[in-house]
Amino acid sequence: MAITLSGDQAIPGPPLSSRLTPAQVWGIILLAPYLLVFLAFVVYPVCYGLWLARDPSNYVALYNDPIFARAAINTLIFLIIGINIKMLIALFLSGFFAQQRTWIRWLSVIFILPWAVPSIPTILSVRFMLNPEWGVVNHLIFSFTGDDGPNWLNDPTVALAMAIGVHIWKSLPFWTLILITGRLAIPHDLFEAAEVDGASWWQKFRYITWPSMQTLYVTCTLLSMIWTLGDFNSVYLLTGGGPADLTHVLATLGIRYLRLDQLSLAMASIVCAMPFVLPLVYFMMKRLSR
Amino acid sequence: MKLPSLRDVATEARLLLIGIPVFLWTMIPIYHMFLFAISPKEDAFSGKLWPDHPTLHNFEIVFKQQHYFLRDFYVQFWNSTLIAVSVGVLTLLIATAAAFSISRLKVPGGRAVLNLALFTYFIPAAFLAVPMYRTMGNYGLLNNHWSLILAMVTIASPYAIWVLKQASDKLPVELDEAAVMDGATTLQIFRLVYLPLMMPSLVAIGTYAVLLAWNEYLYAFLLLSNDREITLPVALGNFLAADDSPWELLMTTGFIYALPPAAVYYAFRRYMVGGLTAGAVKS
Repeated sequence: MAITLSGDQAIPGPPLSSRLTPAQVWGIILLAPYLLVFLAFVVYPVCYGLWLARDPSNYVALYNDPIFARAAINTLIFLIIGINIKMLIALFLSGFFAQQRTWIRWLSVIFILPWAVPSIPTILSVRFMLNPEWGVVNHLIFSFTGDDGPNWLNDPTVALAMAIGVHIWKSLPFWTLILITGRLAIPHDLFEAAEVDGASWWQKFRYITWPSMQTLYVTCTLLSMIWTLGDFNSVYLLTGGGPADLTHVLATLGIRYLRLDQLSLAMASIVCAMPFVLPLVYFMMKRLSR
Repeated sequence: MKLPSLRDVATEARLLLIGIPVFLWTMIPIYHMFLFAISPKEDAFSGKLWPDHPTLHNFEIVFKQQHYFLRDFYVQFWNSTLIAVSVGVLTLLIATAAAFSISRLKVPGGRAVLNLALFTYFIPAAFLAVPMYRTMGNYGLLNNHWSLILAMVTIASPYAIWVLKQASDKLPVELDEAAVMDGATTLQIFRLVYLPLMMPSLVAIGTYAVLLAWNEYLYAFLLLSNDREITLPVALGNFLAADDSPWELLMTTGFIYALPPAAVYYAFRRYMVGGLTAGAVKS
């Protein structure tokens, strides 16, 4: 902005347009399309949604709905167990893919496939594999043991575990890729020096790899938790929330209420997640805008 | 030729012990889908690793729309394409303009807008879907392609702005200053200096937005419902509605649907890895 001397303040300022440089006018014009999108499709929906969820009776109804409690627990299991298993595997595999081998480079090209292809057909493919009558999994169980395999997706625990598996299948390549970049950024001479000193595999990891990667690892874990809260496909397309609505997570539960025309309950269930989401979002924003 | 030492063999064996499970884990769901697509109906369920009589008959049925579930295949394919391309173009226009404005023109309040965008980026999309559905109803856009296009632009642009802003910050200020000295207007700087230098990031972001829209299931399934308006993933989901759904055709259609994004991804992988990972996580 132009420098304003304190003496000028008494004089009424010139109109806004002449106080802005042409570059700033263009800046406002170029920023306007995004601001319009933001106002129309983020601010308005969020405010409208909060207004719909304003009635405390919604929260009483949620509290009394066993499906909501179950979905909240499932979401926690999904985040705390699922994400940590995924990130540990990603950390491990990032070390594997950092090896200089031609066949490992080829494998890494294949490894990225789950991330590159859309999730719908592959999740449905897994769903068919697990079909109790026709699926290939039970077919193999039958041909090896002569027994009928279990009805995989009919047991809520197994079904949720399978949904977590599908989620891991889909997003493991992305996080592994990011952790590989982190690993490759570590100066190589550190490892050479450790090699000369006769450090073990574990010591190299503990004293070189981990200290340089821990910030990245924690950031990735938190980011993955936020995004996984919005993972609708893994649960909906594999189990549909069933059996008996026992495998819902918050992302599918909101849509379930919506389909049942209980929009205010849908919004209330999302509002209930906010005390957990917002601190994570705040933390991530602090990290990224440094 | 030197014989590999025992230690080398052991290292290689250990690596293979990791590599083979990783390969199987990655490929099984995709291969299972492929196997269904090339198997005749009666072979598909036999649990064999390769069908006795591989065939392209399923593809023929899909391409000739010879099944009740597939009668609008081409329309739906076209819907998916049109929506994905529109989202790509609109996101690029909006995000490039915003990133230029924030990063190069230092527009007042730019920092705040960037933070708002970043905030939107972190709100899980499935949570925004509920109020978004109602909003689109209020705007009278339900069952209209614009509802999905605008929703996807809303979801894609925060990340696009963030990545493009990071990339523009790296361009030296002297370039703009020199252009101003030469009497260039702001728009000329944007067109002749800024856009050419930003090309790699623009390719990455355009690809990102197109793939995001092509792959989107939840928003498409909420916002569009008419059989001739829906996109391919919604049509695939609708297969599940019937008990006797033809799996081999569903998997064939799914395979066709998965090919374009995979091809685009591998074609632009060089840009994607550099452009996107840098933006996704700054350590």
